[in-house]
Amino acid sequence: MLIGIVFWVLAVVAVAAGVAVFVADSMARATYALAVSFIAVGVQILLLQQSYLGLITILMMVMEMAVMAVYMVMFMGMNPALMPMDMTHGKKTAIGASVGAFVLLAGGALLIPWPQRRGEPPDELTHALGLEIMGEKMLVMAVIGPVMVATIVAGVVLAAGRTRYDRFGDDLHRRPGDDPQSGGVGR
Amino acid sequence: MTLEAVLVVAAALFAVGLYGALSQQVVVMVMMGLELMINGVLLAAAGFWWFLAPDPSGQVLLLVVLAAMTVEMAMGFAVATLLHRRRQTDMTDMSQELSQ
Repeated sequence: MLIGIVFWVLAVVAVAAGVAVFVADSMARATYALAVSFIAVGVQILLLQQSYLGLITILMMVMEMAVMAVYMVMFMGMNPALMPMDMTHGKKTAIGASVGAFVLLAGGALLIPWPQRRGEPPDELTHALGLEIMGEKMLVMAVIGPVMVATIVAGVVLAAGRTRYDRFGDDLHRRPGDDPQSGGVGR
Repeated sequence: MTLEAVLVVAAALFAVGLYGALSQQVVVMVMMGLELMINGVLLAAAGFWWFLAPDPSGQVLLLVVLAAMTVEMAMGFAVATLLHRRRQTDMTDMSQELSQ
């Protein structure tokens, strides 16, 4: 009973904070609202007995919101981030798509006869998850690892100040590359 | 707390995120919409796992969703940085033609 009440309170907080992200009149407030929404969902996942994943969700999202705050200061300046703004387009279409998606998903959730629960969760869930990752589901983690490395490389390449065109010219034929910053490999 | 309740909340989060992803002009705000959508998927996956088949292997799916969220965040920030450097903008409407 108590868990049910806590769940619904968190649900209201999560959805209301999610709505506040796009209703708030500044990006700073929107960031805080998104952080609240994520923390509420993280606690809901904790209520579903997944302590490890719930904690990861909360920690990861709090850090991400901190990074977003840094981005706002970098690209918008702190004052614009705190000032009222409305930068939207196609609101009616977006609302229609959003309501349609909710009706479809919620209708399916309520109308589908879900099967009965199969099996019982292990006593030590986090321990069991660790064994699973290091055992039968090793392939999943072996794929996620290279994807993360590729993401880091792609992120650095995209965000780097200079590109290969800056070094090798528009046709990439300039040799040796004109590197504005010395100290690279072979220099 | 039932599976239906969890899924309805997840659907609401997904729908709110969809609205944001479609309506916002600032790249970072679009990312926030996508994050909310993945947040809903994460909650739904957690609900499915707990109420239908609480086997340890199902939790690996949630880890994959979390990894997808991380990749989306990192790529989004990198693209936002690139846009700002090249165009001095963070608006999607001003960066429609990627070839320029």
